Amino acid sequence: MEPFTTLSSRTVVLPGANIDTDQIIPARFLTTTTRAGLGEHLFADWRYHPDGSPRIDFVLNRTEAQGCRILVAGRNFGCGSSREHAPWALADYGFRAVISTELADIFRSNCLKNGLLPVRVEEPTSAWLIGHPGAQVTLDVAAGTLTLPTGAAVSFPLEAFARHCLLRGLDELDYLLERRNEIEAFERRA
Amino acid sequence: MARAPQTLFDKVWRRHEVSAESADCPAVLYIDLHLIHEVTSPQAFAVLRERGLTVRRPERTLATMDHSTPTLTAQVFGGTPIALEAARRQVRELEANCAESGVELLGLTHSQRGIVHVIGPELGLTQPGKTIVCGDSHTSTHGAVGALAFGIGTTEVGYVLATQCLLQRKPRTLAVNVSGELRAGVTAKDLILAIIGRLGVSGGTGHVIEYRGDTMRALDMEERMTVCNMSIEAGARAGMIGPDETTYRYLEGRPRAPQGEAWERALEAWRALPTDAGARFDREVDLDAAGVEPMITYGTNPGMVIPIGGAIPQRPGDAAFGQALAYMGLTPGEPIRDQPVNVVFLGSCTNARLSDLRAAARLLRGRRIAPGLRMLVVPGSQQVKRQAEAEGLDRVFLEAGAEWRESGCSMCLGMNGDVVGRGEYSVSTSNRNFEGRQGSGARTLLASPLTAAACAVRGRVTDPRELM
Ligand code: SF4
Repeated sequence: MEPFTTLSSRTVVLPGANIDTDQIIPARFLTTTTRAGLGEHLFADWRYHPDGSPRIDFVLNRTEAQGCRILVAGRNFGCGSSREHAPWALADYGFRAVISTELADIFRSNCLKNGLLPVRVEEPTSAWLIGHPGAQVTLDVAAGTLTLPTGAAVSFPLEAFARHCLLRGLDELDYLLERRNEIEAFERRA
Repeated sequence: MARAPQTLFDKVWRRHEVSAESADCPAVLYIDLHLIHEVTSPQAFAVLRERGLTVRRPERTLATMDHSTPTLTAQVFGGTPIALEAARRQVRELEANCAESGVELLGLTHSQRGIVHVIGPELGLTQPGKTIVCGDSHTSTHGAVGALAFGIGTTEVGYVLATQCLLQRKPRTLAVNVSGELRAGVTAKDLILAIIGRLGVSGGTGHVIEYRGDTMRALDMEERMTVCNMSIEAGARAGMIGPDETTYRYLEGRPRAPQGEAWERALEAWRALPTDAGARFDREVDLDAAGVEPMITYGTNPGMVIPIGGAIPQRPGDAAFGQALAYMGLTPGEPIRDQPVNVVFLGSCTNARLSDLRAAARLLRGRRIAPGLRMLVVPGSQQVKRQAEAEGLDRVFLEAGAEWRESGCSMCLGMNGDVVGRGEYSVSTSNRNFEGRQGSGARTLLASPLTAAACAVRGRVTDPRELM
């Protein structure tokens, strides 16, 4: 994985609460056996008409959304399925961070494994971001801060281990593989 | 010094710590049983291959196919190719991955195949005190026997294949205490829907739920599975119920449960698992079971749920709520009763076990489903299918005008050819009513098997007690 240190981008806003993994990537696109190419189907039922033409009223189809790498979403984003296809689709589309007041557990864990930064903020920050779509914000992984265009910086929780992995581009599998002796010792005990 | 009282969750967690968590690092948690299926495993095997790794303990993983597989007998057994090319590819890929890695596969035509969360307990592989994971959020089902069971992503499927371990932060605990007797016509499904309505769809985030109280003790194992299955719909990592005589009776003699002396030893260990008196939970919620009515959802998440005789809530000014109801084509303030229904789906890992089929059949016996309505009955496993046929339940469904299929996830999620049409209303015994879950534009009302059967007969949303 590439190291993740800082990210500056304009935001795209999806204000609704409880946006679930079936919206992020509908099940009919889970038919792939690889990780690539899912970005095309991200939010498919909101992004396209049944005939495949784009819905011009959906935010991702507007010109100002192009090139945005940070998604701001309502409460409890990513609830539902454990399908990692959801963060794969977000990352393949080009997002590198998702900001919400609450991110569903499995989704959050899946994000971290795919270089997608889950950012949990308090209600006032979320309300500000939702009220200012397209705001240019900066995320700093080492400092654990989100800086708004107003200059205000708020911190977001990121546990030490995840921070360490993001900053160095490490993955957890290497860490687990290095624990081999302990795992074997556990198996002998059990 | 006496040991501090512990919860069931604490006990299972501690026994599986290869190393405990610290401020800098999550715990390394050992996984006893890993279940895989065709949709969330191919990319994990691919990563193993890329990195030159092998499956560390193949005998601790069991594979089956359920999500994308067809439910039409001809496509499963009859030599007619699987209609969906993508499903064909996923099936082939899982077969190849299992053959190469030595993982046991209950393949498409295997007599023990079924929905992954139905076959684990049915085979007796799901046991108290185990850690169980699967690349599927409804892995929480297995917690019904007192296991710690949770869904993981595909990257983590790869970790478990390669190391038999996961890196995990210890979740918090939430006790849901339920007391009182469920009324006639009110099922475990109604109970869990009521619990989700109470907690909200993110009320359990970061927590493992333990369902407690005399109501839970009185539920049979299949009912407990229905409850634990939907823990994730309240946002919880897992749901658990302390093992008791009901659990042991259910497991005894199952093909992959311990036998003979090993059974006695296991039993002794399992009896030490339930939460100690005085153990503390991070949160507790109480619910009176006697007040629970048959429940039905009206919106686009399982927390949008009301008693079947109730009116759809009104939330002026709540745009997301308004959008959800617009998607559903339902009007705030109106009763849900008598809403016309196009499709009834009796199936899924929530409600496709033998007792679910029996309950629906009892109501359907001697009746026909409403003209123009489509009812699909999909048993949770091939074993459930055979048992149901031995009891003649298939005849009841077929004579009522329903379709009787091979097991699989089917219409629970629209990826295997079984879908609800755009704009159609489906009363479904599954666990998710998300937009498009059962097919693009499909409108899902979640309910119990009894309610689903009643709706099928009337062709409208119907309180099952009217037909009992
Ligand atoms: S039946 Fe539905 S919820 Fe259960 S495993 Fe299959 S797709 Fe998931």
